[in-house]
Amino acid sequence: MSFPLIFERSRKGRRGLKLVKAVPKAEDLIPKEHLREVPPRLPEVDELTLVRHYTGLSRRQVGVDTTFYPLGSCTMKYNPKLHEEAARLFADLHPYQDPKTAQGALRLMWELGEYLKALTGMDAITLEPAAGAHGELTGILIIRAYHEDRGEGRTRRVVLVPDSAHGSNPATASMAGYQVREIPSGPEGEVDLEALKRELGPHVAALMLTNPNTLGLFERRILEISRLCKEAGVQLYYDGANLNAIMGWARPGDMGFDVVHLNLHKTFTVPHGGGGPGSGPVGVKAHLAPYLPVPLVAKGEEGFYLDFHRPKSIGRVRSFYGNFLALVRAWAYIRTLGLEGLKKAAALAVLNARYLKELLKEKGYRVPYDGPSMHEFVAQPPQGFRALDLAKGLLELGFHPPTVYFPLIVKEALMVEPTETEAKETLEAFAEAMGELLEKPKEWLENAPYSTPVRRLDELRANKHPKLTYFDEG
Amino acid sequence: MDYTPHTEEEIREMLRRVGAASLEDLFAHLPKEVLNPPIDLPEPLPEWKVLEELRRLAAQNLPAHKAFLGGGVRSHHVPPVVQALAARGEFLTAYTPYQPEVSQGVLQATFEYQTMIAELTGLEIANASMYDGATALAEGVLLALRETGRMGVLVSQGVHPEYRAVLRAYLEAVGAELKTLPLEGGRTPAPEVGEGVGAVVAQNPNYLGALEDLGPLAEAAHRAGALFVAVADPLSLGVLKPPGAYGADIAVGDGQVLGLPMGFGGPHFGFLATKKAFVRQLPGRLVSETVDVEGRRGFILTLQAREQYIRRAKAKSNITTNAQLTALMGAMYLAALGPEGLREVALKSVEMAHKLHALLLEVPGVRPFTPKPFFNEFVLALPKDPEAVRRALAERGFHGATPVPKEYGENLALFAATELHEEEDLLALRDALKEVLA
Repeated sequence: MSFPLIFERSRKGRRGLKLVKAVPKAEDLIPKEHLREVPPRLPEVDELTLVRHYTGLSRRQVGVDTTFYPLGSCTMKYNPKLHEEAARLFADLHPYQDPKTAQGALRLMWELGEYLKALTGMDAITLEPAAGAHGELTGILIIRAYHEDRGEGRTRRVVLVPDSAHGSNPATASMAGYQVREIPSGPEGEVDLEALKRELGPHVAALMLTNPNTLGLFERRILEISRLCKEAGVQLYYDGANLNAIMGWARPGDMGFDVVHLNLHKTFTVPHGGGGPGSGPVGVKAHLAPYLPVPLVAKGEEGFYLDFHRPKSIGRVRSFYGNFLALVRAWAYIRTLGLEGLKKAAALAVLNARYLKELLKEKGYRVPYDGPSMHEFVAQPPQGFRALDLAKGLLELGFHPPTVYFPLIVKEALMVEPTETEAKETLEAFAEAMGELLEKPKEWLENAPYSTPVRRLDELRANKHPKLTYFDEG
Repeated sequence: MDYTPHTEEEIREMLRRVGAASLEDLFAHLPKEVLNPPIDLPEPLPEWKVLEELRRLAAQNLPAHKAFLGGGVRSHHVPPVVQALAARGEFLTAYTPYQPEVSQGVLQATFEYQTMIAELTGLEIANASMYDGATALAEGVLLALRETGRMGVLVSQGVHPEYRAVLRAYLEAVGAELKTLPLEGGRTPAPEVGEGVGAVVAQNPNYLGALEDLGPLAEAAHRAGALFVAVADPLSLGVLKPPGAYGADIAVGDGQVLGLPMGFGGPHFGFLATKKAFVRQLPGRLVSETVDVEGRRGFILTLQAREQYIRRAKAKSNITTNAQLTALMGAMYLAALGPEGLREVALKSVEMAHKLHALLLEVPGVRPFTPKPFFNEFVLALPKDPEAVRRALAERGFHGATPVPKEYGENLALFAATELHEEEDLLALRDALKEVLA
């Protein structure tokens, strides 16, 4: 039987929350021509029905709290409960209240900015972007403003990305009005330096890199890459999705990156919330600081304030000051771990990944770019197995699968990121399950999963005849 | 405390297995020049001390419960039931639902959210959420430009100035041309829409709080072959004519007013609704109903060929992480209130705003600015600098008088009321304002 929709639980005239005692008449307040004629068909449920509905739905959902979730490039580490309590302390603040009455919030933002600058080796920072991709757009717009300011806006029209890049990198470059050129990866899975040299030039605005890259490998020639970029006047952009691997051990700023975005919902353990909200602060070197979006949190003689007077700024990328409650969580995380804890977390993230890689190789999985892995690695199943079937088989065995079919340069890719908060025995149980899958009959794999809330879904039907709302007749 | 489970013995054993001598050794292949930089961070603290520090910081803020500040974020009731349900770990700690068999909770709740937003806006479909109202507007306008193949945008000055600022940044990036339609008497005049214009944008209630009849704007847009984009307050749609009913092709807005904490501005969520005909140009995630191999109803992400991880440089947007959990909180709020409850909260807010308006006009030197009819926010002309007034009110324990940008006029301040305000709260604010302006 299907799980009912909230609309199917609705009964005409049933009431949940009543917040108003004496309800005024609409006609007394609002001219008739502005009033809606038909009420929205929202569900009518009592509070217990509401609670059973969403509790029931939550039981049809896995998260880090229920299940090992080694999704590559997503850093599904444990989200401490402390942070939820922390966020509640700051929930009741209005973005337009007098900054004098929000000094605690502004101080927290300023301090977080200082911590993040220290951890990335950057000179200035904005906390405004709401997610990683939003940070990317902000960073590329900053680079664009910089080139325009120098009179090179018209000539530098290309953004370079490696072929192993996250899809958001080329999508961002397009959104910022750039043409995108791909740089192939070399045989070891790192940027092909010769190919890069051929592409660099006065027509290039930026090179976007993830380091460690999406194969989980540190770009060992990063200093040469950044030197080449500098010589060509090309700005070097750091996609912070994989910062968890090197947090505290090495800094993008020291590697020669000009711009960095961070995913606070990955590295700094803001919960992913089923797809958001996240937070994507952007750090820059001094030469790009004038272009940061407004406002910036600044420290003055009379306390902290919001600095709007930045004539070269790219303007605003979001209303207000960013996903503030995410910033509170990241602040709490950094203060709990300190440098020592952050370094240990990064090291154990790497150790967990390398350990799991060895276990999977033992089970018969291949690792096509088997260099010194950082926080994640990309494995391939033996010949004849499909990554998709293995993923679905894992669901049956009680694990969330790794990222599949990414990066694009590895066929049947299984991108595994265990994170540092998983115990050794969990990694071993996962490896056992991965091994077990290779022993399963082909038919079992192709039809898995069996005991999940639903089984394989008809994706084609959803694409051809999408039904996007309950009332959609198709 | 670092939340890692490893014992010393386990670390030793695992290091042996991977052939490393120590944890430092795992980083030995990084260039020496960048390894182990000096980083200045505060010493780690035990959990109770972190909370203590946070409480100390929180105590330096004056909470804004029952604030009279407006500007699209308001102090409405934040229902505990919504907070409790959204805090469930399965929702809180899930990733994007790429594995639908174990993500039916988020997927179905999102499908229900999409339905509720479509109902509220009077349009056919809605995506799974955007970051906030401002970025939803920018993405909505980019959708209209893709759909029409044009590069001109006309935006009413009645649209929230921060939304317009974000729109400007997004449009400059793609080389689109943005023109502002100045308000006349607090409302948007029917514009001349040129041939190159792909999107006309206006807001109801507008930034000044005034109700606008946007039908003629939608008609003017359509006559010129442009699409009409409406910015709407979702709470107001419990009583006001929905954008779909006055000809909007796209409706966007911010969900904070649907029972979300104000959170000093975020996270909230943005919604984006439109017509089914434009679905292939829609940015962001989208959930569809379908069936599983046993014929059971299930939900799945659909039309993913629009998105960055499939289409890369040709994607409709770079958006990846959105505001899923806060959007679900909005949906939970709508379900908790139902159509009647929503209507009641909206009407009560309007009633209290009108009472507040009348009371504040009793204060010498205060003049009306927003024309009637207005909704639950309004602008007053003050005899003093609004920043000073806001501060003086705060010193008396009141949050009110959001300074309005000077493009609208001198010494203007925005006020709002909600269902949380009682008669005595309104009187107290009036008396405080009297004192401040005396």
